[in-house]
Amino acid sequence: MSAVPANTGPASTGTEIPESDVLVRVDNVTKHFPVRTSGLIRRTIGQVQAVDDVSLVIPRGKTLGVVGETGSGKSTLARCIAGLIPVTAGRVTFDGRDITNLSRRAMQPVRREVQMIFQDPYSSLNPRRRVGSIIGDPFAIHKTATGAERKRQIQELMERVGLNPEHYNRFPAEFSGGQRQRIGVARALALRPKLIICDEPVSALDVSIQAQVLNLLTDLQQDYGLSYLFIAHDLEVVRHVSDSVAVMYLGRICESGPEGDVYGSPRHPYTAALLSAAPAADPDTAASRQRIILTGDVPSPIDPPSGCRFHPRCPKARPLCGEQEPQLEAKAGDPASHVTACHFPVVAGEDLAAAYRSEVA
Amino acid sequence: MTSISEIEFEARGADAAQDSAARVEGRSQWQLTWRRLRSDKVAIAAIIVVLIMIGLAIAAPAFVAITHHPPDVAYPNQGENEAGLPVGPGTAGFWLGTDGTGRDLFIRILYGARISLFVGVVTTAIGTVAGVSIGLMAGYFGGVIDAVLARFTDAVLAFPYIVLALALAVVLGPSLTVIIGVISFFAWAGIARIVRGQTLSIKEKEYIEAARSLGAGPFRIMFFDILPNLLAPVLVLATLYIPQAVVFESTLSYLGLGIQPPTASWGNILADAQNFYQTSWWYVVFPALALLITTLAFNLLGDGIRDAMDPRTERVLAGRRNRKRRKRVSRPSGDFPDPVRPAQAR
Repeated sequence: MSAVPANTGPASTGTEIPESDVLVRVDNVTKHFPVRTSGLIRRTIGQVQAVDDVSLVIPRGKTLGVVGETGSGKSTLARCIAGLIPVTAGRVTFDGRDITNLSRRAMQPVRREVQMIFQDPYSSLNPRRRVGSIIGDPFAIHKTATGAERKRQIQELMERVGLNPEHYNRFPAEFSGGQRQRIGVARALALRPKLIICDEPVSALDVSIQAQVLNLLTDLQQDYGLSYLFIAHDLEVVRHVSDSVAVMYLGRICESGPEGDVYGSPRHPYTAALLSAAPAADPDTAASRQRIILTGDVPSPIDPPSGCRFHPRCPKARPLCGEQEPQLEAKAGDPASHVTACHFPVVAGEDLAAAYRSEVA
Repeated sequence: MTSISEIEFEARGADAAQDSAARVEGRSQWQLTWRRLRSDKVAIAAIIVVLIMIGLAIAAPAFVAITHHPPDVAYPNQGENEAGLPVGPGTAGFWLGTDGTGRDLFIRILYGARISLFVGVVTTAIGTVAGVSIGLMAGYFGGVIDAVLARFTDAVLAFPYIVLALALAVVLGPSLTVIIGVISFFAWAGIARIVRGQTLSIKEKEYIEAARSLGAGPFRIMFFDILPNLLAPVLVLATLYIPQAVVFESTLSYLGLGIQPPTASWGNILADAQNFYQTSWWYVVFPALALLITTLAFNLLGDGIRDAMDPRTERVLAGRRNRKRRKRVSRPSGDFPDPVRPAQAR
């Protein structure tokens, strides 16, 4: 759909990282879901452009955070990288191997190295199976340990994630939300993967439990040298765990870069608006800061806006924004790793809220 | 990475909470079901009746040893009266009387139970295995496989089964194998349809995606992840199909296309008995009672298991029971003076 050719490479974080340090490279990945008429003859009447031309890089032992609101395509991107759904176009490279759209059998060795933690700890564990059997699933599927050896490893894992190994024979329903998520972590950890894709792993948990699980994930990363793709809609959670951050809007990355740069000096008006909407813990700060309130809803991904996808809601939008699609590139003295897809990036000290007010008036 | 130690909660605290909860014994679904079933008097009575029937069927040769009346031996002298008719219960060592050719009716009913229960259980087992497999595949794979299997299921369900059964019995000749084949063929479709529907909803759950992300193949997912969630409805359906299969077998035998004489079956005993109903009531009543009690017991057991598996239905019944009890207590306070508190009424 884009007339402008796709980004030639992940200008994002790719340029300054040596190739040997790259664990996952996602090049121009696109995922469209066909919209079909119901009935006997199912005509395709449209495409939900869930992920459109996304490129990113996950370095070894680091965490890449992906933020965006509901429907921005972050979970679809995660499933494309995990090989759970085939991609429409683009390429996913894991540890130097092209793993795009591999068959289930060919994917099997990769599965041992890429694991997932799911959002809902209540629906991601089979209610009819005992915890030991759930955590033991990876061993059974990949036939790496059997019998007493498997049980020993499962109990070791349970202990490692902060569960009582004696609860081996319990059902998931007998655990709290936080404990259930620990079970999910143990299952993901079982085969000692290199990459764990965390799809909103804490958004269903209480704030205090969120901290426990996040600290557990951080500890595990240090101990096992894990890389994380960390998806969330909570900006503070992403900031806490991530080394670099990508912001998604309507299936595209609109800004990405090191965590400090993106949070410190957001360039894309959408990032700025998101950051201004995040609750601040300090009441003085909360009272003094300016919120940028966006109007309207996220447009339908079946028929996304032309040009910059954010332009109908952007306080800084000008005619150019609706005509030409902005490319991800470093803006106004940013480091090469901090890239933004915006024709008119936010400059330091700019009062976007005021700009928005004047536009409305 | 920044630290949020100020809101860090000690994992030890969580462990302590877990330990105190450890004293509450975890119960599996089956333990809970059994506890609920145990408090259901009707279901317990049904289980006892079913067990007695199975016990009698297994012990049939022992009764032969006691009565010295093999099932296929006729006793024209002691077993028939002067008119050549069957003798009544208790006569000449025949506990439930004799049949039209002077054979021991009790022993023949026991041997009929062996056939009926065997056919009922075997056909239900075959039908359940086939129905679960077909339903799982149709639901899980979807697409063309689902279209073909689901339409085939509908076709089998829509088929006039008695007509097909009669035709097959005529063409292939009546035998135990044909009967088991025919009844099994009609047993799987109902189970397949229910299993398919449940599979469609369960396969969208996140834990199925989790299994796929671990690299589990379709058959592992179907039988290790989906099937455990389906065992409850399948068990209920299977329990309720056994009496249907028993009746089906009796029907075929009654029509002369099932178990062939001299092998005893409740169906062919009843078919013979209809010539004697005016003179020998026991000849009709006892085999019919055996059939009635057995199917009723299996049906009540199936209902009990269903109530125990799905506590919501049980609560509805319990609620009705409680309401009835309350009504009974409160009724006296209406037109009549309350016998409990007469002083206050005055």
